[in-house]
Amino acid sequence: MITLGDYLIVSGILFAIGFAGVMLRRNLIIILMSLELMLNAANLSLVAFSRFRVSPAGLPNYNAQVFVFFIITVAAAEVAVGLAILVALFRARQTTDVKDISELKF
Amino acid sequence: MPPFLFWLFASLMLVFGAAVVLNRNPVASALSLVVSFLGLAALFMSLDAYFVGIIQVLVYAGAVMVLFLFIIMLLNLRAEEGRRINWLAATGGIVVALILVIQIFSVIGHFQAARQTFPSLARSTTDDVWNIGALLFSNYNLPFQIVGVLVLVATIGVVLLSKREPR
Repeated sequence: MITLGDYLIVSGILFAIGFAGVMLRRNLIIILMSLELMLNAANLSLVAFSRFRVSPAGLPNYNAQVFVFFIITVAAAEVAVGLAILVALFRARQTTDVKDISELKF
Repeated sequence: MPPFLFWLFASLMLVFGAAVVLNRNPVASALSLVVSFLGLAALFMSLDAYFVGIIQVLVYAGAVMVLFLFIIMLLNLRAEEGRRINWLAATGGIVVALILVIQIFSVIGHFQAARQTFPSLARSTTDDVWNIGALLFSNYNLPFQIVGVLVLVATIGVVLLSKREPR
């Protein structure tokens, strides 16, 4: 049978993949996609815990699913703003590589 | 859901999630991300969270991915042609990610509840759209309205950011 731990481990591995993407890649679009992977890993563990905490009436705990709803909304807004910043950056510099944007680097 | 379906969709999600990071072509990365999100939506369905699974497909596999593909097309990005890899940063990133995985495994290994299976629900079908909606408009009414303001601010911000500067 599938246990809660299986879902948590899958979620943890997905988070690590997204984290490695943010650390390794230099293309800003890929970094934004990896951020989405990390947000989704958090969503998966929230939904797993929601299904695990069954109320006496036999329903899953819907508070976690409302929280997932909020995370998805905020992530969609974040992607829209992030991509708009990316387009503005590309217009100014003709690059999406984080190595080429280093004026504020110490 | 039978266990083999869980492992099928989980491995689908993880393999295509890794493909997002490893592909050099941004279009291939974006399409891998779609498959990864569909696998994740199937996992949500396996946890009886049908509403969350559906909005995962609609919002992520639909709207967000169209946005990503549209921007890749608009900027006309090509595959990064063989820029040399910074080995120090690459090994550093992989080592930190591996340490994170080991940490998660050890925490879950010590977590008693992680070894239990999921308790059964009262009915096989749950009216989760009704329940989530009732919670949104009662307990979480204020956060719901704040999210509405946030989406409005994001819309205005995107319009302002993508407007051309007058010369």
